[in-house]
Amino acid sequence: MIATGRTVVLHTSPHLRKTPAVDVIMRNVVYALLPIIAFAIYQFGISVLALVLVCVGTSIGVEHVVCRLSGRSTSVNDWSVTITGMLLALTLPPGFALWMAAVAAVVGVGIGKMFFGGLGYNIMNPALIGRAFAQAAFTAPMTTWVPILAPDRFTQFIPSTFTLPFLKPESIQPWLAAVAPDGFSGATPLALMKFEQIPTDSMQLLLGSTAGSAGETSALLILLCGAYLVYRRMMNVRIPISILTVAALTTTVFYLIDGDTYPGPLFMLCSGGLMLGAVFMATDMVASPVTPMGVWIYGGLIGFVTIIIRLFGGLSEGIMYAILLANAFSPLISNITQPRRYGAPKKKGVG
Amino acid sequence: MFDFLSSLFKGDSFSHGIHPDENKHFTAHLPIRRLPFAPELVLPLSQHFGAPSESLVHPGQEVVRGEPIAKANGFMSVPLHAPATGRIKRTELMPTAKGPRTPSIILEVYPGDSQEVRYDAPRDYLTMEPKAIVQGVQDTGLVGLGGAAFPTHVKLSPPKGHQVHTVLINGCECEPFLTTDHRVMLEYTADLILGTQILMKALGANRAIIGTEENKLDAVAAIQAKLPADGSIKVRAVPTKYPQGAEKMLAKALMDVEIPSGNFPSSVGLGVFNVASTAELGALFPHSRGVIERVVTVTGPGIEKPGNYMVPIGTPVGFILKQLGFAGQANCLIMGGPMMGGSVSSLEVPMTKGSGGLLVLTERILEQQHDQPNYPCISCAQCVDACPMHLNPSQLGKLAHKHRYDDMAGNFHLMDCFECGCCSYVCPSGIPLVQYFRIAKSSLREQAARERAAAS
Repeated sequence: MIATGRTVVLHTSPHLRKTPAVDVIMRNVVYALLPIIAFAIYQFGISVLALVLVCVGTSIGVEHVVCRLSGRSTSVNDWSVTITGMLLALTLPPGFALWMAAVAAVVGVGIGKMFFGGLGYNIMNPALIGRAFAQAAFTAPMTTWVPILAPDRFTQFIPSTFTLPFLKPESIQPWLAAVAPDGFSGATPLALMKFEQIPTDSMQLLLGSTAGSAGETSALLILLCGAYLVYRRMMNVRIPISILTVAALTTTVFYLIDGDTYPGPLFMLCSGGLMLGAVFMATDMVASPVTPMGVWIYGGLIGFVTIIIRLFGGLSEGIMYAILLANAFSPLISNITQPRRYGAPKKKGVG
Repeated sequence: MFDFLSSLFKGDSFSHGIHPDENKHFTAHLPIRRLPFAPELVLPLSQHFGAPSESLVHPGQEVVRGEPIAKANGFMSVPLHAPATGRIKRTELMPTAKGPRTPSIILEVYPGDSQEVRYDAPRDYLTMEPKAIVQGVQDTGLVGLGGAAFPTHVKLSPPKGHQVHTVLINGCECEPFLTTDHRVMLEYTADLILGTQILMKALGANRAIIGTEENKLDAVAAIQAKLPADGSIKVRAVPTKYPQGAEKMLAKALMDVEIPSGNFPSSVGLGVFNVASTAELGALFPHSRGVIERVVTVTGPGIEKPGNYMVPIGTPVGFILKQLGFAGQANCLIMGGPMMGGSVSSLEVPMTKGSGGLLVLTERILEQQHDQPNYPCISCAQCVDACPMHLNPSQLGKLAHKHRYDDMAGNFHLMDCFECGCCSYVCPSGIPLVQYFRIAKSSLREQAARERAAAS
């Protein structure tokens, strides 16, 4: 009846599909992180550039090798491991020894991600696993901070950057004395506040003119980059909103109880890694709950635990452990917050 | 609480759902035109949900357009009418849109006949008892023309204890590309109103709401101009969103009620009918005629002359494509819309009572849509935010992967899924979620049937 030679393609519904795919989403997260990396390089110099390259390179290498060893095609082209490398670098001190960073990347990607089965199967954020390992293994270098805008930062590496593998970094004191003759406290705003009760101006925190991990210093820049992802609908905005809201509320309660001992909410939100963690780490889709209510609980838990660790723990910073803890809880949170389905029998007291 | 907050900003609709490109502009403005008769019509005895019709004809018999050629086999069945004057050739197993070959009557159309419908026995629904109306509706062979093909008269006989107070006429047509219901509302407005009144009388309902989407405001105006003065029928446009045309979603949007899981709309006092079915009822019932043709949107990038066509039931897909121009070498032929329609495997497949659209996608479009790599689930929750039934497709998909079908049904309410496909549509990992769920559901149904057989 009809001309032959045509092929009729069979396909099951739905026949339409919405882009973007996973690799597009991940690539956009990479774009969103680039301004933060650029700003970190501007502030701390070529040491940060080397740090980022080593972390990203090692992370990609580990994922590729593990894929090959386990006999499947490489998954590095989904871009997710690039994000892990970038985030890891951004959470490390700018002068962190490169060999230590590489070890952290191997642990983060190798154990934190690939041992669980790769993208989609990891329980916790791989970058934070790497950082937690570094925090435990290399405690002193992880709390060695350098001043921003050091002269010659674009031509000179921070001395500790090129420590030989398996050696302790040499002291950076002589270098510090040379680049910051007026004296540099060697502490982050959070540590200053916690251990010496010296507050830092909030405007400095917002714009990022303070010491700290490579990518955590400017709260404003992180928010802007996160806003891009929210605009592209590639980030669950409920997570940063709930983290920051609960963190601010918790801080406010303690600030109102004793304003001399405890810092105010703006300081808490803008200092340390809270902003970077809330916007780029806690929002790791794989390790956060899938249900809408679960996400609010997850974010609230992170915000609350962060502030409690900061105020009462032995560490000055708490966001990393708060996120890892909440990551571990997210399957449970997802399970107990299944959405009320359409047409379900109404329970008393449940809206 | 947050769902409540978000509902404040969404107006009268259900929550969740998706906004695919509408693609209705190809055909929305084109008036309904007639297609010529194919030389042979293929009339499956099972075009509806329920028991197949019983053939009344034998090979060589001459039939007249509109004459009953198969009768209903029980209550859950409908008769079939000859869509054209001609001669019965044979009854044979023929391919259908659903897949398996089913017994079908082959009708050879007389090319010289005027094809006038001579069947006409006037009757007035106002003087008829509801029971007689239900019987009359069954005699028209009418089924849900929106795609489900559920016999209309069965919906007019709700279970004992269910009293329908409101009739909802579903003119949402939320599937992209399709404009059948839109054109019917514009061009058969009087039939639509009359059909609505017949349904109300049969059910004893005192009001009706014709619901459509905000992308069809011209239809709202057309209906408004012809509404009866007593105010018993209203027309309302709700936000354009997929799957607004699902009866559960429409009940939520128009009445703010949920149809309880596993129940008919009549359990909350509602009767939901497709707008094209209702208009067809208004056209056929007063003359005691049967369903012999229907409006079909033939559209898509693979069609040279897209449009809305009045097509005799039983017209083979290949004949329509030949009439309207088939572009491209390899195509995907979809019976219905792109979200829920099934692709057909043969050009011999006929248009049946439930086929509201014929969409032809080219290979290039399918490649763009589907030749992306698949990834593992990254728990992005886009499917959770899209599912109109508020299920957890992410979790269901992971369980389906492990064949834990009992867990899916028991703890994650798989059987509430009506396969709208929103989850597969949004999934950035390209996981065929709804396809998994169809397999899981049919596997569970087979298992239940086996258990019933073993128990009896």
